[in-house]
This record gives sequence, structure tokens and C-alpha cells, in this order.
Amino acid sequence: MHTTRLRMRGTILAALTAAVSLWPGLNPATMQAIGGQNQQPEIELVIGGDGGAPPRYAVPDFVALSPDAAEAARTISQVLWDDLAFEREFYLIPRDTYSSVPAARSAEQVPFASWRELGADAVFFGTVQRTGDTVRVQVRLFNVRTRQTVFAKEYSGTAANPRLYAHTLADEVHLQQRALRGVARTKLSFVSDRNRERLVGPIDNREVKEIYISDYDGANQRRITTTRQLNITPSWSPDARAVAYSSYRNVAPQIFISLIYQGVLENATKGIGSNYMPVFSPDGTKIAFMSNRDGNPEIYVMNRDGSNVRRLTDHPAGDGSPTWSPTGSQIAFTSDRTGTGRPQIYIINSADGSNLRRLTMNESYADRPTWSPAPFNEIAYSAGTGAWYDVKVLDLATGTVRQITFSEGSNESPAYSPNGKHLAFTSTRAGGTQVFTIGRDGRGLKQITRSGNNTMPAWSQ
Amino acid sequence: MISRRGVVAALAVLAVMAAPACSRRSKVPVPLPPQPAPTQTQPPAVPPPPPPPQVAVEDLQPSSPPLTEDSVANRSLDELNRNSPLQPAFFGTDSADLDDAGRAVVSNNVDVMKKYSQWVVTIEGHCDERGTAEYNLALGERRAVAVKTYMVSLGIGPDRVRTVSYGKEFPFDQAHSDEAWSRNRRAHFVITAK
Repeated sequence: MHTTRLRMRGTILAALTAAVSLWPGLNPATMQAIGGQNQQPEIELVIGGDGGAPPRYAVPDFVALSPDAAEAARTISQVLWDDLAFEREFYLIPRDTYSSVPAARSAEQVPFASWRELGADAVFFGTVQRTGDTVRVQVRLFNVRTRQTVFAKEYSGTAANPRLYAHTLADEVHLQQRALRGVARTKLSFVSDRNRERLVGPIDNREVKEIYISDYDGANQRRITTTRQLNITPSWSPDARAVAYSSYRNVAPQIFISLIYQGVLENATKGIGSNYMPVFSPDGTKIAFMSNRDGNPEIYVMNRDGSNVRRLTDHPAGDGSPTWSPTGSQIAFTSDRTGTGRPQIYIINSADGSNLRRLTMNESYADRPTWSPAPFNEIAYSAGTGAWYDVKVLDLATGTVRQITFSEGSNESPAYSPNGKHLAFTSTRAGGTQVFTIGRDGRGLKQITRSGNNTMPAWSQ
Repeated sequence: MISRRGVVAALAVLAVMAAPACSRRSKVPVPLPPQPAPTQTQPPAVPPPPPPPQVAVEDLQPSSPPLTEDSVANRSLDELNRNSPLQPAFFGTDSADLDDAGRAVVSNNVDVMKKYSQWVVTIEGHCDERGTAEYNLALGERRAVAVKTYMVSLGIGPDRVRTVSYGKEFPFDQAHSDEAWSRNRRAHFVITAK
């Protein structure tokens, strides 16, 4: 599936056109295809590995064309290596083994023979030029065997966040080489008490919790609420421009939608009852949530602007933790209708709450269902295992369950990456409660947060 | 496709706005919850019953002089809630039902509310840390609803009682012990209008 032959020049131009709308601060006028001197009419664009093994990639330091670009050049190459390693589509040759390879100062000097000796199938060559507050990044990806350029891009824009150039590069390389939607430009949101502020009020020992966002790899952690109150259960809008969450700023929690790049805040539930755990429908037009507005915790759906509230469940037990199916036609949720303190996961139609079915049959405790994106058809959840919790995944087609974590601390609140290959979750294994990411196969654990306690992660599109 | 140029500009603004508030204070070490035994495969064991609620209630109450009607009537909401005449009710593990002791506490609170007929209260439902964060929001709500239902049955107008769940977000006792957990499974009364 990765051996389609394409005309290179046309492909690069098409990719550049697509990149214009993706790139922050990028001036389309400065973009041009490079590597055009390559005159072969047809070349193999997808780099393979030996004998079907994953191709081996090398990401040497990019060349700083001016002294003040050195840090950006190093950052971009390191972050690009990390981004490519994260998806595990390629084998990334460790950067500390490159010392045997002479550094190239230009694309013409890339020592292909040395890279081949190191076992590389693919190698990047990049330059970074800095002019004031802007940088220009030129990148080529070479097939080491054929010495052909298979990917060539030039970006220019702000020098403020070099990591974003690497993230964009990683996403574009994954798309071109593996037809994979990488997650390098996605973001996480979570709840944190890291500022150790106390709530103002008559009860002294309550800690402020605010909503934070970060890059998918934990870089650039930023607070998006400043209420000095309790703010919990964030979730991303499908366009990744808004975070919905429950805020206790007016005592009874209301669902707010923060348009984080515009500084606009909308109150969707308008003071009616207590409202928790908002989740956007896949098309972004609706929000499912839990509310007590009719006297008991039930699942509701409303339009994004708070209109047209519909109740989907009606049971004296507690119904909460809604999650949408990828098409939006169904909602999975948690209910303790078989016994208080013994929640299980159920599924209903999102239109009217009909067709109720129980999904978890062999768990003592199951909560926080999170439906995977296609092509996977599975639900991750927090499962009681012993005294605490582990993340498990239920395959909806076969009914089989696989365990992702194994009782290293308590592991809760799984959230899928938009390509379904990864999960964010919380764990107590490293001190306090921290956000981690892990592959859907249980490999590739990565700690995202370290300051204070961090809970309830959500992963953007 | 969204414009990422605006994104970066807005992020920069956000970063500037957030910067002064991000200065970290001294970090308080957070103890790990007890680790489960690796070989343990049974469902969570039922812990020993909590201490009698009356004991915990006394523990929770700061020493304060007996209230007279005037002293209560003249106090601000903050003062009232700091030394509240309304006692918290406690719950068993994995339970949203008021037991006899809980009903006695709520009944006493109802008597106070009948005396001060202008008071409006919010019942906060809280949980211990052993449940998941999300389910505890529903469980805390159910605890608050149970208290409200009992108060209404004793003659308090439903419009005088609001419910809210804090799940396990605001433990009263930060310790990780049976005793702490029994104090944290509670319905806390907050007077919100008088």
C-alpha cells in the first residue's frame, strides 16, 4: 500500500499548496518547491526498509545558517526525531550514534555512504536561517539507497516556537510516507492544581483547579482558566479551537466553552442545575453532558449554544461520563444502575436514548468510557483491578478486552488520540496524579505532566 | 482548514496573560495512594465500617459557643458557614443511602432550617478517593440528592435546597486511610442565602 509511484514535482506542489493553510505565520509567497533539479521523470517516493522491516530514519542536527539559529536548528531536529519515534511507523536511529557520519553543510554534501553504513534507509537534511524574529526552515528527506529527494519543503515564520516546525514536518512526513494522520500538532487538555492556590471562602482546605492545555508531548503547558475556582472535565471541540469544561465559579457547575484562541467564553448551560462532563459530538454541533436539572444525574444532549436540551436517560441511579460514537449516532456512558459503587458502561442511541445495552459484562467497576476514532472500533475505560484502577480497551466487534496498564499505581481517565493509536490517561505511579500517554498496544509510556496533580486528560483532533 | 496564524498570535497573548499567575509556590509533596498488591485480582475488598458519624461530626466542628437565635441571625453567610449550625451527613462506602445516623443529622438540620425560614442551602456531595474521578461526580450528586429528598420529605421546600457534586475533588481529609475516607464520604451543607 505504500509503493504507489507518483510524479514527484506534481506531488510536491500539491503538498505545498495544502501546507499553506496549515502553517502558522507562514507566508505563502516565500514557499517554493526545492529539489527541482531532480530530473528523473519518475521516482519512488515512499522509502522502505530492508526485507519489510520498518525503514530506518536518521535525523541529524539541522544546519544553522546563522549563529542565532543554532538553538532552533537543534530543537527542530530533536523534536522531529521525537515526533517520528512517537508514532512508531519508522525505526529512528538514535542521534548519539551519528558521530561517525561527517556533518553535511549543504544538501550536496550528504554522505550517503556513511549513512548507509549506519543502516539508514532515510536521512533528513535541513537548514535553519534566522532573520530577526523569523526563521526559514528548508528540509529534504533523502532515500539513502537511491540518493533521491523524496520530500522537500520550505517554511518561514515566527522564531518563537521552533517545535511547531518539527511537528508540522513530522505530520507531513507521516502523511506522505505512511498515509498516517500523525498527532504531532495535536494538543492535550487537563485539570491541574499545580499553583497550590486555595479557594477563597469559608472552607479553608480546598485547592483551586484550573484547565490547562499543552502540546501532545507535554511542551508548552499553559493555563486557559483563571477563575481561582474548581474547573474540571475538559474536552476539545472537533476543530480543536475550543475547550468545554465544567466550572464551579457560580457554585453549581456550569458548562463553559472557551474559544481558547479568541479569548471568548460562552456559558452553555446558563445556570440551570449542576452540569458536568461535556463532550462535543463528532460534528461539533452538539454537546452531551451529565446534569442534575431534573433531580438526578442523567445524560443530556444540547446544541452547542445551549439550546434544544434533550434528556437521554431516565433512571434513579446515576448516569454520567458520556462519549460519542465516531459517527455520532450512539453514546456510551457510565451507570450504577446495577449497584451503587459498581458502575458499568452502557450504550444508547444519541437521538432519543433508545436501544439501551450494557457493554461491560465482566468488570467489577467500569467508568469513563472513551470511544476510539475510526478505523478502530473500541472503547477505552477505567476498570477496577484490585484496590485501584487500570486502563482497559473493549473491542466492540469481538467483545474482547485487552488491558493497557497493569497496576503500577492507579490508572484512570483514558482519552484517545485522534488517530486512535495512543491514549492519554492519569496514573499515580510517579508521585501525585500525572498525565501520561501510551500506545494502544500498551507500549511507549510517556509522562506528560510533573507539577502538582493533573487529571482528566482530553486529546484534541 | 483553520488558520493557524491566528492560533499562534492568540497563544502568545494567552501566554503573556497567564505568566504572572504561573509563578509556582513551594511544592507540597503529594503522597501516593497505597499501591495495590500486584497479585490481587479480587474486587476491592469491603473496608471496615466507618467510625460512628457522631464522632466525625464532633471532629469536624470547630469549638464554638452555643448559638443563640440572635447570634445566628446576625451573622454573615461566610461567618455562618465557617461555624455552621448545619452538620454534615456521612455515607458508607459505595453508598448513596442515608443511614439512621445520617437521617438524624439531616433531621436536625431541617429543624434549624425551619427556624430560619429564609435560608437556602446547597448540599455538596463528596466522595472518597477510591472511586474514579468521573463516577464520583455522579455518586456525589446522588448523595446530595438523597439528602435533599429526605429534607423535602421532612417539609423543606425543594426550592430551598440545591445539590452539587464535588466528586473526589475536595477531600475534607487529605490522608489515605479508612478514617480519612469515612470523613470524605459526606454531604456538606452550605448556606447560600439568608
